[in-house]
Order: sequence, then C-alpha cells, then structure tokens
Amino acid sequence: MSTAFKSLSVAMVKGFLRDRMALFFMFVFPLMFLVVFGLLFRDSGADKIKLAVVGDGPVVAALERTGAVEVQRFDDQQAAVDKVKDGDLPAALILSGNDVRLRFAASDQVAAGTVNGLVSGVVDKVNLGATGQPPAFRLDQQPVEDASLKPIQYLTPGILSWGVSISAVFGSALTLVSWRKKQVLRRIRLAPISAFTVLTSRVVVSVGVAVLQAALFVAVASTPPFGLKLSGDWYPALPLLVLGTLAFFAIGMLVGAFCKSEEAASGAANMLVLPMSFLSGTFFPIENAPGWLQAVSKVLPLRHMNDGMLDILVRGKGIGALVVPSAVLVGFTLVVGFVASRVFRWED
Amino acid sequence: MTGVRAFAVEAVDIRKSYGELKAVDGVSFTVDEGEFFGILGPNGAGKTTTLEIVEGLREPDAGTVALLGESPWPRNLKLLPRVGVQLQASSFFEKLTAREQLETFGSLYGVSKSIVADMLELVGLLDKADVQENKLSGGQRQRLSIACALVHDPDVVFLDEPTAALDPQARRNLWDVLRAIQARGKTIVYTTHYLDEAEILCDRVAIMDRGRVLAMDSPAALVRGLDAPTRITLQPGALPAETARGIEGVDDVHEEDASMTISTRKPAVVLSALAERGALDGLQVRTATLEDVFLDLTGREYRA
Repeated sequence: MSTAFKSLSVAMVKGFLRDRMALFFMFVFPLMFLVVFGLLFRDSGADKIKLAVVGDGPVVAALERTGAVEVQRFDDQQAAVDKVKDGDLPAALILSGNDVRLRFAASDQVAAGTVNGLVSGVVDKVNLGATGQPPAFRLDQQPVEDASLKPIQYLTPGILSWGVSISAVFGSALTLVSWRKKQVLRRIRLAPISAFTVLTSRVVVSVGVAVLQAALFVAVASTPPFGLKLSGDWYPALPLLVLGTLAFFAIGMLVGAFCKSEEAASGAANMLVLPMSFLSGTFFPIENAPGWLQAVSKVLPLRHMNDGMLDILVRGKGIGALVVPSAVLVGFTLVVGFVASRVFRWED
Repeated sequence: MTGVRAFAVEAVDIRKSYGELKAVDGVSFTVDEGEFFGILGPNGAGKTTTLEIVEGLREPDAGTVALLGESPWPRNLKLLPRVGVQLQASSFFEKLTAREQLETFGSLYGVSKSIVADMLELVGLLDKADVQENKLSGGQRQRLSIACALVHDPDVVFLDEPTAALDPQARRNLWDVLRAIQARGKTIVYTTHYLDEAEILCDRVAIMDRGRVLAMDSPAALVRGLDAPTRITLQPGALPAETARGIEGVDDVHEEDASMTISTRKPAVVLSALAERGALDGLQVRTATLEDVFLDLTGREYRA
C-alpha cells in the first residue's frame, strides 16, 4: 500500500494513543463492566446448597460426593435448627444412628424443594445400597454446555462485542465530525489521494483497536478471579470481530454524517449503542426477556455479533456458527455504508 | 509580445450566489507566475469564496478559471500536487506534533520526510518541532499551517487570511515567512482585510467589496491614481509659513501649535526645496494609503 495509507494510519494511531479519554472509553470502560459483572455474578449458577449437619454417617458422605452441598457441621442440634429458623441456612440434617431427620425453612420454597429432593434422593440411594440389590434403572446425567455456563462465559463475549461496537461507532463518527469541522477533510481533498485510501486507513485502525480490545478482555477474563475458559476452536471469532467492526464503523459514519459537533455525535452514538447493548444480551442473557423484545433484538447487529461470539468463543460451535452472524453483519455494513456514503459531506 | 502568456491564475467573470446573496458577482483577474497577489476587502466582500473557486474547492455558477493552465473543477488530480492551500481554519490532525503534521501532510503527496526540517526552518518552528499542535500559539499554528501548505513544494500557494487574529509581532514574523516563500519563486495568492499589510507585501492587489473587484493594480499605482496630496509635517517654526507657501508645488500650508503641515502633489520637488533651506526639523511624510483608495472607491470609511 501507499505511503499515504501507512502514514495516515500511523497519524490516527498516534492521535488515538495520545487521547486519554478515547483510551479510557475503549479499553478501561468496558473492562470495568466486565470486572464488576464478572465479580457480581461469579458464584451464581454454581451455587452450592449450604446445609447444617449434626452427627455423621454414610448419608453425609454420599451428600458430599454429589458436589451440590456445602456441609456446615454443628455439635449441638438446637444450634443447627436455630440457624435454619433465623434464615441463615436453608436446612439442617440431624443424624443419629439410622435415623435421618431433615428440618428445613419452608419460607424459601425453592431452597426447600432443592434440599428435600437432594436429601431424599441420597437417602434412597443409600437405602438401596444397604439392600445389596443392583439398581433397576440407571440415570446418566451430563450438562449440555461444553463447560457449565458460568456468568463469565456469557459476559465476556457480550462485553467484548459491546466494547468493539463502542470503539468502532465512536471512532468513525468522531473522526468524521472532527475532521470535517477542522477542515482536515477539505485539506485532504486538496491532496492527490483517494477517499478510499483515507477511509480504509481509518477502518484498519478500528480493526486493530478491536483486536487489541479482544485480546485484553479475554486475557483479563481468563485470570483466576473470573475464570473464563475459551473453547479450543476460538479462531473463527477473528473474522467475526472484523465484520462486527465494519458494521459498527458504517453506523458511525452515518452518525458522523448527520452530526455537526463532537458532542452531538457522541450523544447520538450513545443513544444507539446503549439501548442496543441491553437488547442484545450484553450484560444479561436476552433469553429471559419477553418474546416481543427478543424479536426486536433479532434485528440488531450487536445481538448477532453477541450470539456469534458466544457460540464460537464459549460454546465451541466452530466455523458453522459464523454463517448467520456474518451474513447479518455484512448486510448491515453494505446497507448502512451505502446510506452513509449518500449523506456524506466534505464540509459543513 | 507574441504568443499566449502563461498566467499562474486566470479567472474570467466568475460568479457564485447563495440564494439571494451574490457572494461573487463577476470577478476577473490574472496572476503572473512568481507574483505576490492580494485580494483585499472587508469581511463578507467575497474574498474567501473567490479563493475557493480558484483553488477548485467550489464550482462557480458561471465563469471560468484556469489554474496553471488547467481547470481546477472538478477535482483535478493532475493539478493538486502543484497547488498548495492553507485553509482559513487551522486544519490539523489531532494530537500530532508540528513535525508529525508536516510528515503526514507530506505523505499525502508522496513527499519524503527529509523536507520537514527545511519547512520548519522556513516558518521558524524548528524549536517547536516536537510540540503538539494544540499547544502552539496562534501565530505558531498559523505558520505551521502555511508550512503544511508548502510541504510538497507547490508552484502556486493560496493563503486565506493568514495574518487574521494575530498580534502585531506575530504578523510581522509571518510577513518574513511570506517574503521568504516568494523568494523561492512561488506564486502567492492571499486574502487579507489588512490593507496596510497588503500595501507592504503585495506586487498587485485586487480590492473587493460586495462580490465585485473595484480596482486592481500595484498598491503604489492605486495610491498614485488617487491623486491625493502628500502631507509633509514639520516642527513649528522650521520655516515661516509664508516662505513655505512660496515653494513651488505646495498646494496648501496649515499651521497648528505643535506642527506645520504642507500639502503637495509634488513631494520630491518640495522636499528638495526644504532640504536646500535646511528646514527638515521634525520631518514626517505621509502619503495616501490603500485605505484612502478604498474610501475613494466606495465612498465609505474602511472597516475590516
């Protein structure tokens, strides 16, 4: 490529690296969300049921083997039951000889149901074992996800997509507005250089920023406090990252074409990206939302980027999971990019 | 003289309207190669629009422009490397140093980085090479933006109000830069609303008002054409008023407490007569200026 392409890219990278606000909003800000939500939801979903236990025996050993309970031992039966009455623990298990007594707090129906089911299941199993009979039925239990879908597993692809969308939309919109306002665009137009060169150099910078963001977010999420586990087959995430950047870059060009000041542009970009991030399941899985909201979210590019990232990075669905998100993102890029090129202005 | 003379710029009857407003209303002028040409007039006279049409940034509603023999509109890729333009606003890339600005603008023209130091020296910014553009003073930014217009060694340079909003010292520094550019053989076309400055710098000027060119010539010729008297001021008592009136070429003598003023249209004759009499104490000579020309042309006081 030409020296003009290279030096324009270098100029933009330097300008970006020297802009502390931009660095903050593109790297630190999304990372803050990742950290906050990652720590907030760290144990949800992997919660163990806490259980007060007085005495010992094969039932307790079998309960501990399920991995679903956290046993707190008490010497005094009364103290254990008081804990349950106070609402500190959902249930107390009191063992004396072959007598197994469960005292639970009926006020928390969900916990009560879980504990009752769990304990009676274990007691039945121990009983069966005591008869020496082989079991008539076998139960095979397996989670459907590759790894259990801990919150960090869906948070990381979501926040990564969101961070990339922010930097691409803001990057292109603010550059366009500022260059038009400061007449850099007019100045460039007076140089023997094509608009395509200028545009592609800006796109390349945005893609580079997106790759850096992805590396940073994944690296942080993979540290022990968060414990992200990438699927082995994460490479298809890279083309998805590029396509997502292009789609949001095009949206930024459209925003930049309409806004006259940087303030207006960042306001408009926020109005687009923030609701989109909620509707696309960046912070919470959208599956819990009402049906009509899910239908709305299906037309959003961020939703598809999210889904694609989740499928590839975490669920390990591989290259096949690229098809739908890629098609949607390419479509967005073409349509929005075309409209943006129609309303593009060199000067105010 | 035979054959076609090559003008750096030739504008013929260019017009541009914005709605009802005729911003440029039939402007014609030519600029010779190597000439320092000024377009003067108050704000809103149509100077910038005229310049933008000639640069190829705007399409005229009517009229033709030949810039180095070619039409600048639509965007003429062949012409762009030969033309340097400084825009009215200081247009720079964000957060880059003076050196990096020049390197980046130079690269748009495929110019090597080795020229950057030369440019910084030309505009007196060598010691500011590594200062970010937003930390430069107004005059320094203005000089940097001129350097950015020159970085690809163009033949014709367009400068739009390069000295506007500068303090007197910064203006004078910039004059030296402009003279240095002309000394390199460049054709300079520039707009200003400082008539005194144009009088000092320009080979020829066009005085514009309300979208039209009112007069065009060298500043000296315009002032001469005004046929306004030269005022010679002396200390009171340098010579008797009656004697002064008797000198050949003196039109009028006016005595005040602090000075005596002699009006003449033949200053050379009068001054040598005064010198013969040894009566040059406290001598001040004031000729008419372009402001007087503007007043004469428009019938109103010049207000930049």
